[in-house]
Order: sequence, then C-alpha cells, then structure tokens
Amino acid sequence: MSDAIKEKIKNYRTAPFDARFPNTNQTRNCFQNYLDSHRCNNALSAKGQDVSPCQWYQRVYKSLCPMSWVRE
Amino acid sequence: MAHPSQLGFQDAASPVMEELLHFHDHTLMIVFLISTLVLYIIVAMVSTKLTNKYVLDSQEIEIVWTVLPAVILILIALPSLRILYLMDEINDPHLTIKAMGHQWYWSYEYTDYENLGFDSYMIPTQDLTPGQFRLLETDHRMVVPMESPIRVLVSAEDVLHAWAVPALGIKMDAVPGRLNQTAFITSRPGVYYGQCSEICGANHSFMPIVVEAVPLEHFENWSSLMLEES
Repeated sequence: MSDAIKEKIKNYRTAPFDARFPNTNQTRNCFQNYLDSHRCNNALSAKGQDVSPCQWYQRVYKSLCPMSWVRE
Repeated sequence: MAHPSQLGFQDAASPVMEELLHFHDHTLMIVFLISTLVLYIIVAMVSTKLTNKYVLDSQEIEIVWTVLPAVILILIALPSLRILYLMDEINDPHLTIKAMGHQWYWSYEYTDYENLGFDSYMIPTQDLTPGQFRLLETDHRMVVPMESPIRVLVSAEDVLHAWAVPALGIKMDAVPGRLNQTAFITSRPGVYYGQCSEICGANHSFMPIVVEAVPLEHFENWSSLMLEES
C-alpha cells in the first residue's frame, strides 16, 4: 500500500469535505462510502491483494453513517 | 440560554450567530426608522386642519420615493447575501457527531475513532437540583471541543424532529432516512441549550438539546469516561 494512503489513514480526524456532496443532504455520502468500502474489500480480496487501502472508505462511512443504519 | 422577558437573541456563541445578530440589528433599525417615519406622517396627516387641493403630481418626489427604497433594499441585501455565502463556506471539520432524534429524546454518536453513542433524556422537573433549568436540562450533554469546527449530521429514527441551538444559530430538520449536515464552531466554552423544533408527538416539548463546549483535554477525558461507561 502506498505511503501516501498510509499517511492519510494514520492522520485521519474525521470525514473530510467531499466535493461530490457539497450540500446539506449527506445521505448519499454515507451510502457511497459504505458501498465503496465493501466493493473495495471484495475486489481486492478477490485478487488476493492487501485490503488496507480500503480502510479509508471504512473510516469515512463509520464517521458519517448512523450506527443504526450500519448495524446488521 | 433564554431568560425571562428576553426581547432579543441569546448571546452568540459562534461567529455565524454573531454575524446574524448584527445583521438583525442593522435590518431592525431600518425597519424601526421607516415605521417611525410612516407613523409620524400618519399622525401629521390626521391631525391637521390644512388641506391642499391643487397638487396633482410631482415627478421629483416620485423619483425620491422610488430610488430611496431601492437603495435601502440594497443596503439590506448586501450583508444578507454576505452572511448567506459565509454560512456555506467549505469548512474542514475536526469532529463529526451524529444527532439522532427519537420519540422523545436525542441520541448522539461519536464514531470517528470508537463507537461512542449515548441517549440524552430531559431531566424531569421533580428530579432537578437547585440551579438547573426546567425543561432544558438533560442527563447527558453533547460535549464538544471548543473553538474547533464540528460537523453535526442530524437524522431521526421515527418521525420528523429538528435539532436547534439558538446560541449557535443552528436549526436543522431531522428526517428519517436522511442525513442533514450542519457545522458550527464555538467561540467560547460554555453550555448552550436548545429544544426540539419540529412537532413530533406528545413529548415534543420535553426533548431538549444541551451542547457543552470544553477545552480539548476535557473533551478527551469525557469521551474516555463515556466509552468506559457504555
């Protein structure tokens, strides 16, 4: 995993501003990162690669999504 | 917080609220001046025995009382738009908190690092200790680090609610299935009160919001304590 991504995840404070979702409604932001996290994990583990870059998406969706939405 | 026979806004605890307060002062002053002028003119017109039957029109005064209101409106619009865009500035939050509305309490989730979540119920009047505020105090407060940009994501678990803290100039609808974002930064430490602002059933008036802004170390101690408790 590249050092840049490692640094970014290490210095994570909270979900940063995402220009794709500039407005008040952040529902899609939570959903998109949730999807991206799971797709990233599935895609990388299917290829047998290191899934740690996917941690970024996981941290973002954990920050944004209400716990009750994510609980199975 | 609000106090008896209060006429104006609560003291501002965030820069945005300060701006709103000053803008309101500016606009209200214009409104008072115009109203006083109109009232004076009405009284003067009604209480005179003089009559004038020979003035039919006057281009000059028509120009004045068309241009002057337009100028006044511009003087109101410019600060208004300035604040509107100020409120929309891209900010880089240090912390994200989710405020979930339930019937009839709020729950707060701090999930940037650990999964900290807790409920915040109003303290019933009979359980208040002397000095506490009736219908405003809660058992758990939403503690935030002072002078840090905070992002609050507001939603609801059942019906519509609204998360409001007047001292911070915030009101945001809590809609089930939707995440509404608002942000604030507290200029000073303190305790700021608000109440649910969307009718949500029998105890709509009894689910207050309390935000406590503290220095960062206190916030870190508090969150460790809260994590241990839950």
